[in-house]
Amino acid sequence: MAFRYEVRLSGSGGQGLILVGKVLAEAAAIYDGLNATQSQSYGPEARGGASRSEVIISDGDIDYPKAENIDILLALTQEACDKYIVDLKEGGVLLIDSQMVTKIPEGNFQVVAIPIIQSAVERLGKFLVSNIIALGIITKLSGIVSEDSVKHAIRSRVPKGTEEINITAFYTGIELAQKWLDQNGPLNT
Amino acid sequence: METPNPNVKMWQGNVACAEAALAAGCRFFAGYPITPSTEIAEVLSRRLPMVGGNFIQMEDEIAAMGATIGASLGGAKAMTATSGPGFSLKQENIGFAVMAEVPCVIVNVQRGGPSTGLPTHAAQGEVMQSRWGTHGDHPIIVLSPCSVRETYDMTVRAFNLAEKYRTPVILLSDELVGHLTEKVEVPPIEQLGIVNRKKPLVSPDKYLPYELNESDIPAMANFGDGYRYHVTGLAHDETGFPTNNPEKIQVQLERLNRKIDRYRDDIVEIETHYTEDADILVISFGSTARSARRAVINAREKGIKAGLLRLKTIWPFPDREIEEISAPVRKIIVAEMNLGQIAHEVEWATRRSKPVVRVNKINGEPITPNEIFNAIIAQD
Repeated sequence: MAFRYEVRLSGSGGQGLILVGKVLAEAAAIYDGLNATQSQSYGPEARGGASRSEVIISDGDIDYPKAENIDILLALTQEACDKYIVDLKEGGVLLIDSQMVTKIPEGNFQVVAIPIIQSAVERLGKFLVSNIIALGIITKLSGIVSEDSVKHAIRSRVPKGTEEINITAFYTGIELAQKWLDQNGPLNT
Repeated sequence: METPNPNVKMWQGNVACAEAALAAGCRFFAGYPITPSTEIAEVLSRRLPMVGGNFIQMEDEIAAMGATIGASLGGAKAMTATSGPGFSLKQENIGFAVMAEVPCVIVNVQRGGPSTGLPTHAAQGEVMQSRWGTHGDHPIIVLSPCSVRETYDMTVRAFNLAEKYRTPVILLSDELVGHLTEKVEVPPIEQLGIVNRKKPLVSPDKYLPYELNESDIPAMANFGDGYRYHVTGLAHDETGFPTNNPEKIQVQLERLNRKIDRYRDDIVEIETHYTEDADILVISFGSTARSARRAVINAREKGIKAGLLRLKTIWPFPDREIEEISAPVRKIIVAEMNLGQIAHEVEWATRRSKPVVRVNKINGEPITPNEIFNAIIAQD
């Protein structure tokens, strides 16, 4: 039986979550030899509004490309968390920005709260790279793709001239995830 | 980590469409940006100049369709891409391309309608508009892809059919496929079987642009090659000049419609899964067919004899194929993101001989595999 791993990246339009989805899918499909799809759902506005990007990773064919039984849900805003939590599977992982999402919905899932946006500002001086920090955290927590593959996919997808800061952001995310795991113990996956 | 294969791309459906157009020989694109089709224009605006082609952003969709026709008359393989409201605007000029027999490709990445509707959400509401959006009795070819790879293949096929039959061809995609990113192994260009329009073999003074010949498909001269001829949307005779002669009009319009009808077996393509012993048949197309396939596989795992018939060609309608494949089944389910545009045709094709259950959704969200599965297991 083929495995199917579902990731939903949610937040506000303009936070770069579609890019993160494309990078993650490319890492899995091009560099790790798996199948992957990335799709998105957003409103007509260029900035703002709840926005989501979804990645399905499988070693078999992917028919339906939308998430229904999510393994890991990233929520960078309270609105996105409230709106998109419904499809998180039992025992799945809810990864939240600990400062943006203060009211954690009730349910049977594991919560990982990390100050993602604050870390981007304090450690890299740019809130813009919050998305890639989140990608680093997801890569570490999920183990679904290799770090090297994600690193290559970042280089191929981010705008020219921003590769280095994004790679630094990616490793910042991995480090934050490792720190969380050291303090809280391993996740059940 | 594996060493990546340079022919394997992680492409969005719209990017695959643009790249396939280039591979098929498209050297002209005119358009007006509209979500969710804009990436096609974006990619071609960058890529066409690299291969000696031309990209024009026109003042609106009407002009874009006109420019596409003009470029094709000049000898270029030409394309335009749009969505719902823009597709409505193009209709009159699509009729001109049909009447004047100008090969071209029109991509409609469907979004929710009517009107400006849901710009960023998928729908399949233009099944009928793609057939009858322009006025008058006319033939049309419409293809509908369900994946990124198929978007590539069908875009190439759309150009080939347009060139072969001197007709506009519509690629009816949707937001889900157009904005879906997935793995594509790009086929080598020599495997694509590129077709080019038939050029006249006679001298310019003997050339009849709308000649009645055995194939029903007249040869097409490029403007600028010394073949001076008249192009009009008015009813015309073999020379291309308008005529009021009823016999000449009748014979030309019959040929115009017959030239697609008689080759329908070459044009119509379907795909089947598990239909051999099925007693429930799911019919779908475009992105919804992905959910339908999963629903059928899930049903088979539970021992339910469900099968899938996927329409790759929408028009000419695969009525004979549907009639034949559905003959032994007791129930047909048609899943589509509209209120039953294909279902109605399926009822017609099967002469209402068995129940046709509709699974429809028009709120911008895709139909899920479970929604189709529930229709499969529902008691009749």
